[in-house]
Amino acid sequence: MTLSATSHLRRLEAESIHIMREVAAEFRNPVMLYSIGKDSSVMLHLAMKAFYPSLPPFPLLHVDTTWKFREMIRFRDETVKKLGLNLLVHINEDGVRRGINPFDSGSSLHTQVMKTESLKQALDKYGFDAAFGGARRDEEKSRAKERIFSFRNASHAWDPKNQRPELWNLYNTRIAKGESIRVFPLSNWTELDIWQYIMAEDIPIVPLYYAKERPVVERDGTLIMVDDERMKLRDGEEAQMRLVRFRTLGCYPLTGAIDSGADTLEAIVSEMLTARTSERQGRLIDSDEKASMEKKKKEGYF
Amino acid sequence: MTAPEQLRAYLAEQENKSLLRFLTCGSVDDGKSTLIGRLLYDSKLLFEDHLAALEKDSKKHGTTGGDIDFALLVDGLEAEREQGITIDVAYRFFATDKRKFIVADTPGHEQYTRNMATGASNSDLAIVLIDARKGVLTQTRRHSYIASLLGIRHVVLAVNKIDLVDFSETVFNDIVAEYREFAAPLGFTTLTPIPISARFGDNVIAPSASTPWYKGPALLTHLETVDVDTARAHKPFRMPVQWVNRPNLDFRGFAGTIVGGRVRAGDPIVVAKSGRTSTVKRIVTFDGDLQEASAGDAVTITLADEVDISRGDLLAHTAERPEVTDQFTAHLLWMAEEEMLPGRQYLLKVGTATVPATVSTLKHRVDVNTLDHLAAKTLHLNEVGYANISSSQPIAFDPYAENRETGGFILIDRFTNATVAAGMIDFGLRRATNVHWQALDVNKQVRAEAKGQKAAVLWFTGLSGSGKSTVANLVEQRLFAMGRHTYLLDGDNVRHGLNRDLGFTDADRVENIRRVGEASKLFVDAGLIVLVSFISPFRSERRMARELLEPGEFLEVFVDTPIEECMARDPKGLYIKAKAGQIKNFTGIDSPYEPPEAAEITLKTVGTKPEDLADQIVETLKARGIIP
Repeated sequence: MTLSATSHLRRLEAESIHIMREVAAEFRNPVMLYSIGKDSSVMLHLAMKAFYPSLPPFPLLHVDTTWKFREMIRFRDETVKKLGLNLLVHINEDGVRRGINPFDSGSSLHTQVMKTESLKQALDKYGFDAAFGGARRDEEKSRAKERIFSFRNASHAWDPKNQRPELWNLYNTRIAKGESIRVFPLSNWTELDIWQYIMAEDIPIVPLYYAKERPVVERDGTLIMVDDERMKLRDGEEAQMRLVRFRTLGCYPLTGAIDSGADTLEAIVSEMLTARTSERQGRLIDSDEKASMEKKKKEGYF
Repeated sequence: MTAPEQLRAYLAEQENKSLLRFLTCGSVDDGKSTLIGRLLYDSKLLFEDHLAALEKDSKKHGTTGGDIDFALLVDGLEAEREQGITIDVAYRFFATDKRKFIVADTPGHEQYTRNMATGASNSDLAIVLIDARKGVLTQTRRHSYIASLLGIRHVVLAVNKIDLVDFSETVFNDIVAEYREFAAPLGFTTLTPIPISARFGDNVIAPSASTPWYKGPALLTHLETVDVDTARAHKPFRMPVQWVNRPNLDFRGFAGTIVGGRVRAGDPIVVAKSGRTSTVKRIVTFDGDLQEASAGDAVTITLADEVDISRGDLLAHTAERPEVTDQFTAHLLWMAEEEMLPGRQYLLKVGTATVPATVSTLKHRVDVNTLDHLAAKTLHLNEVGYANISSSQPIAFDPYAENRETGGFILIDRFTNATVAAGMIDFGLRRATNVHWQALDVNKQVRAEAKGQKAAVLWFTGLSGSGKSTVANLVEQRLFAMGRHTYLLDGDNVRHGLNRDLGFTDADRVENIRRVGEASKLFVDAGLIVLVSFISPFRSERRMARELLEPGEFLEVFVDTPIEECMARDPKGLYIKAKAGQIKNFTGIDSPYEPPEAAEITLKTVGTKPEDLADQIVETLKARGIIP
């Protein structure tokens, strides 16, 4: 499928490119958060376009919780090698030493320590003053409220009640020392836009999005894939091979699979068009507590 | 067709749908968020998990007595749901068979007007909601005015809660008539009134049986069909340079988004500010070179010649150039708690250029209720004004009415980095005459500094014969001896020249002082210390002269001599003539003198030598830092 020059996706593409160029031109030390999922794949593809024939003038940063699917890590390493990009991987070693994990520590503490804290460590370590994230406004209601250029204070916190006005395509990029800005170039994309764009541009994505027989257990109403030996089965649980796929990707113990036979992009999009639940429904971390995404964002989560 | 073919056909159809960006605005509690929730719900665009969460939230925070509270769908912040209000703009996305929509749900509280403006800046249509029970409110007017300022030309007047006024046609018609009268000067191309009930869905998706008198379209039908084509591609070519792309020595490209018109390889282009010209060599993209690109495209342009271009430059077609100036007028929407200060330096961002700028004069403030122009010295949070802006370097721009992207700007506070204002350029006040601009403007401060002093006015007031001119002359002699630069304006010398057409009626006395005040202002602008020696009997005229100048520049010197003493001195024999009736309107005899209430300096001449009084004034000038 080729896109016409005036199409909706071309408009979204141009807006994202504009945003990325603003950041490259106005910040001292930007970075692109790369989470390996489909939105990150689209964001990376747009960055390759924005600066062509140069490579993107910033590194990628993956905050590795050490609980990502193995296929994600493989895909990540292949991608950066193929594109010739600089990838930084940060792991919260303190959290690892404390033995924080999603099974025993609970999803909330695990996410707090291995994602949010870890991200803040990495941003401080390298002194990044701007960080791209692939979040979209259609994903979740607190994200629908966030600016494209989202100001964070020196402790990385978001103040939703006092956001900078953001008019036209004029972004205020001024910050004081120690402060930073999170930038969301995909703010105005919807889930359908992302998939259509992946189809139109033939963008590689992690194979976990496609249906395949995978070993899963059903736990608390969610299908969890047994990705490695660290997943301890409870009494009565037994890993069974089921034809499943993932609508979003995160830490494997916290990401629910769905029963699906969709093994092509067309089938995935068809399935999505008839879906009656949102994509983040499979994400256990969103429903920890009320307004939980907003709370995490105030603490510095993307 | 096979299933994949069907899907591709469906997706192609999705792709070719047009996009409408609109906002909902109006006063608090008029039902903006509820309306958006209703649109999403009725177009079956809500996921089951979102619906389940909504039902749960409605029981907890809802304001609809256990029914689904659609506002909770869009009020995504915890504080919003707890308080039942909208604080910040929320963006929602939905599509129908005919169109895609991005809707900005904006807050109704005056306090959050800047967030409403954020939502309006990228919208093509505004739904202005009105509570049928309350009618047109201040916020309705404020939002309508701001929407029009930001260039929105299409408005839907949604008269909501029509169920609560028994679906009354009269109520509807009255509100529409009142709104039309208010909105007439706002220049909307379309104004479509629709009676709705967001809570129950009347006239939202489909025509309602409860309003048989209403013959127009349902809201969604109107949104699907309204023509808002902004035709950016037919405007003059404009591209602000964002980033210079230099992967190697052989490639130098200028990356940016085209914000007006179109460009082809071979087109002659000009760098607006420097006036340098070249031709477009290539239009480079990741997907291959383009022969032509148009408004909305993000591209990289290479030129046939080596031209000095950097971020902040605006590229244009040589035949259709933007204005370049450092003085222009603009509408300002003030968005900070801290008031606007004329003369303070802010950062102005227009296109990709950021330059220091000041609001040189606030011409007026706009009353959002009546659209009247009011005199004002400053703008407070959420106020709109019209001002002269002066930038420290020339900027390239188009009037906002011609191009939103090259005519809209923001002001940023240099210390807090807050975005304090949005501006819409009206027109340039003078063209930049030279392309090589001097970084330093020659202004009052610079002129005064070159003379080693601060500019000021010493305004001597007092009765005829009180000793004003004697003391003023002595002060000027002392300042001159110290190497300071001065000028003396004396009642007699001015009345023989500049003001010889004026007599001594009250009106002429006022005009006399007005002219002297303006003349002093010019000398102050030249960096001089001005000594004005005028009877200037009226307080209001002395205040007028004071207000022509900046705080600290005007020093009132009250030469306080009793009238008996003046009459005894009578150096020009005027009192004798006045008492004899030969002079009319003589101050102190048949015309009043209003002594100053708070003069900076008061001189008691009786019993003190004029030389000592002059020294007293020189000391005051030193203490105030006017002279070293």
